[in-house]
Amino acid sequence: MITLPPLAPPGVVTSEGLACDLCCHPTREQYHALIDAFKSDGFEMCVDLCGVDYLDFADRALPEGVVATRFEVVVNLLSLSKRLRVRVRVQAGSDEPQVDSLFMLYPGSEAMEREAFDMFGVLFQGHPDLTRILMPEEWEGHPLRKDYGSGRVPVQFKEAPGPR
Amino acid sequence: MSEPVIRTAERLDLLTAETSEGVQELQRRDVTTPGELSREVGAVLRLDGRSFDPNSVDFDRRDDETMIINMGPSHPSTHGVLRLMLELDGEFVLRTKPVIGYLHTGMEKTGEELSYVQGGTNVTRMDYLSPVINELSYSMAVETLLGIEVPERAVWIRMMMSELNRISSHLVWMATNGMDLGASSMMIYGLRERELILAFFEKTAGLRMNLNYVRPGGVAADLPDGWQDDVLVICDTINERTYEYDQLLTGQPIFRARMVGVAPMTAEEALALSVTGPLLRSTGVPWDLRRSMPYLAYDQVDFDVIVGTYGDNFDRYAIRLNEIRESIRIVRQCIDMMPGGDYRSQDPKVTPPPRARIGESMEALIHHFKLFTEGFHVPAGEVYSAVESPRGELGCYIVADGGPKPYRIHVRGPSFVNLQAVSLLMRGGAMSDTITVISTIDPVMGEVDR
Repeated sequence: MITLPPLAPPGVVTSEGLACDLCCHPTREQYHALIDAFKSDGFEMCVDLCGVDYLDFADRALPEGVVATRFEVVVNLLSLSKRLRVRVRVQAGSDEPQVDSLFMLYPGSEAMEREAFDMFGVLFQGHPDLTRILMPEEWEGHPLRKDYGSGRVPVQFKEAPGPR
Repeated sequence: MSEPVIRTAERLDLLTAETSEGVQELQRRDVTTPGELSREVGAVLRLDGRSFDPNSVDFDRRDDETMIINMGPSHPSTHGVLRLMLELDGEFVLRTKPVIGYLHTGMEKTGEELSYVQGGTNVTRMDYLSPVINELSYSMAVETLLGIEVPERAVWIRMMMSELNRISSHLVWMATNGMDLGASSMMIYGLRERELILAFFEKTAGLRMNLNYVRPGGVAADLPDGWQDDVLVICDTINERTYEYDQLLTGQPIFRARMVGVAPMTAEEALALSVTGPLLRSTGVPWDLRRSMPYLAYDQVDFDVIVGTYGDNFDRYAIRLNEIRESIRIVRQCIDMMPGGDYRSQDPKVTPPPRARIGESMEALIHHFKLFTEGFHVPAGEVYSAVESPRGELGCYIVADGGPKPYRIHVRGPSFVNLQAVSLLMRGGAMSDTITVISTIDPVMGEVDR
């Protein structure tokens, strides 16, 4: 386990993650500054970004001092020079999940943030083009949310005749 | 049953607008924000507004001088249902935007409905050219959550199968790349050699693709009798034929004209775009998870990480061709060093009882039944496990809630992320270069759209 980078905002909760060198639990306010600190500390790549909806699993184990919300955004950072992996789990909010976009720090997070928006409805502040990426533009709802029932929603394509 | 609604439009342009994807598409310049525009022209390192001046992009340029055209989603050289929207100035590409999602089948949602035993059949269909490596990434994530050890022989079998899979994937790449460039004999050769590997997969796992061979706890079956001879024939044949590909392509003037120096990328740009795999290595960054963060037994075998210099199409071609040779080296060492023992964990939690026991023991029957109906329970937690697929870092993020099904399964597809590099690679290139650029990025749309 490693320590937080020197430029990290004060008060970030950390824990020992499975198969990574450090797991951080910043608040929404600390999130962008923390990633920025990691970037200047030699974490060159934002390898993965995805959302998680904890609607049915609200009693998950989180370290002391982290306020659990329904949505979480999970970012995996990679340092090629130090061969380290860091996982950042930010609690994104319950009703209107919203975090800062990492686009200016890591341009490669663009498509991944769009996917998280498409699948969970997480809004990324400062993203240049926050549109759906996998689903059609006119699709209603965000399919990977836990309250979006699979198999119960009629196919929404325009030319489809609709439910029988 | 309701009457089918037939849509009509009074004006034809409205009909086009109605059937389009709207804002996901490449928009006219006057309705595009500076941030999006800079991304579409591939200005990766000048996004902060300090060095990238939005005024330097000619917003007022009249649209009848440039043309926005569609390429795909059913274009033969886009390797699946990839749709590119290009803004062209004559023959040259100004802006590019990939539009994806045409093959989206909700596999991450399906993965939440399947138990951990069944999950392998789901992930193996994502990147259909490297099914073994998909299963490996998934199985390693589940094993980390469970905290079980995999027997030594299973580790080596996994490694050998992964490398055979890497060879077959790169051979398909050589084949389709040859076809895109008009070297159609390369297509025949590449698919011919791949057939050897698929035949061996069929002999081992029973299927040619989508094997479901690597499972949490080990592999599905032991290697067949006489596997050493089969694998040696594969190694010898393909190793010899890589030199024939060399003769066919590497020095060929038309091939070189379309590959050398076309669509270069710098290491900084590749890192900023989170690009991994041969694309990243072509820019000179020696990053290969097999070497840098070893998993399985890659720290016990001898192989080289192939690195390019210029990050152009030709480097990416050369890296893939040489990676075939390196993979053959690893496979040869696997033959020599293959340990004996179990091919799957003997932990009864994940492994069903032997077939012979089921006929004579009621407990074994119940155990078998429970394992394949309910599945095993995985302790709550979350894990991200990454392996090196032929296309880059293939990650699997699993959130477990203690039940028999994953609470959330997310796959970090390398093609999905690498595809962001098209805007950068195509800027300023000729229209015909787009074909080679898509080809050398090597996206598998099953993995991009999942």
